[in-house]
Amino acid sequence: MATVNTAWDHVSSNIFKTWVIMFFFSIFTVGVIYVIAQGFGYGEVGGLGLVGFALIMAGLMNFVSYYWSDKIVLGISRAKQIKHDENQELYHLVENLCIAAGLPVPRIYIIEDSATNAFATGRNPKNSAIALTSGILQKLNKQELEGVIAHELSHVGNRDTLVMATVSVLVGTIALASDFFLRSMWFGGRDRNSKGSAIFVVLALIAAILAPIIATLIQLAVSRRREFLADASGALLTRYPQGLAQALQKISSDREPLEVANRGTAHLYIVNPLKGKNAAGWLVGLFNTHPPVEARIKALNEMVGLVR
Amino acid sequence: MLVYILLGAVLLILLWLLVTYNSLVVLRNRVREAWSQIDVQLKRRSSLIPNLIETVKGYVKHEKGVLVEVTKARTALMGAKNPHEAAAADNVLTGALKSLFAVAESYPQLKASENFKKLQDELSDTETKVAASRQFYNTNVLDLNNSLETIPSAWVGQAFSFKKEEFFKTTEKEKADIEVKF
Repeated sequence: MATVNTAWDHVSSNIFKTWVIMFFFSIFTVGVIYVIAQGFGYGEVGGLGLVGFALIMAGLMNFVSYYWSDKIVLGISRAKQIKHDENQELYHLVENLCIAAGLPVPRIYIIEDSATNAFATGRNPKNSAIALTSGILQKLNKQELEGVIAHELSHVGNRDTLVMATVSVLVGTIALASDFFLRSMWFGGRDRNSKGSAIFVVLALIAAILAPIIATLIQLAVSRRREFLADASGALLTRYPQGLAQALQKISSDREPLEVANRGTAHLYIVNPLKGKNAAGWLVGLFNTHPPVEARIKALNEMVGLVR
Repeated sequence: MLVYILLGAVLLILLWLLVTYNSLVVLRNRVREAWSQIDVQLKRRSSLIPNLIETVKGYVKHEKGVLVEVTKARTALMGAKNPHEAAAADNVLTGALKSLFAVAESYPQLKASENFKKLQDELSDTETKVAASRQFYNTNVLDLNNSLETIPSAWVGQAFSFKKEEFFKTTEKEKADIEVKF
């Protein structure tokens, strides 16, 4: 087994794994779409037409949430924008990390909440924003805060809003197409399916029930991969992985929930703000947007050479 | 048939050549842009100096030599013709500023001055910015050099005589300063 050691190795391995997941996800999507289109049995054009409709709808919905991601999320989270003079120290911290990352300075927002958390959003670096809770500013020291901000800036630099939006389109297409198919089975008469061969109807039924769940699981796997990636890219920026590792430790041991976070925005934050039971076990792990904090800290320590 | 396959292969190779050449140009330009960003931060730094001198002058009685040193270093930085000269001049300025701030320690009134505090903060922030822009420069140099040393882009680089860039290294003295800090 290759030993993964430096932050560089972590970055390339996470990018590679994202591509592997996306590759199989694409094949999976095409397969599901083919089976469902056949199951519809309208003949080639009709079934594909319905799946195409699902793709367009999923595309439109996700485009809205992608293009206005910053406005929507910042609005929901009741974040207030701060200017240079209002908090010079924070502004300079962000600005200096941006210089090192070669990114434009994002808009900086503060969420008045004593919980410790942070997120980044925006469709591209020019329209990006990062938000920090007032709690995180109080409880973390400078190096830890630098680690957190570097993680968020890495999400911006790695275009994670775009990556996740693309994945969402695929997940949405599968979900809608499955939904259409199940409804048509419910309401439609036999005659509609007359052209679809019986075996494809059965296959499509199975696909329509299982595929949305599998697609969601893949989406979550991509999300966790991007968190690991942002940790590693952030470590390359600060060249001090321990800062982020300590910050993650602090944030995760802080039990205070973040009021403004909900299930729709939870995946954006640096650590899941909904502080449920942090039950381990791979089955629960499969349904998490974030990798377990322990695994992230272990990866960060590996970059410093503390773990082999 | 064979002709078409050959034609297709040649076309593919040409396309690859084009893409690789363009990406090398982009990488090289990024390195240049990153250099100019260091320059921006150095200019920013030197533009703070006159203000600092003006503020300190009123308080410091004896150690005027320190002020002269700083002014000299600034002039050298402003007159630097190329990035390497600028880097050297910046190192001198860093040293001169250090001794100026050491001198300031013995003037409580100066230390208490709001203006002086603000300038000190700004100078230390600019110092971080210079360091950050160096880091960004080095990242870009790494990208370019990686492309120029790995096959097959290395062949294109050789054919069109692209040159590897050098990393921005800090001087031995600066390294010593950093070691003290930790």
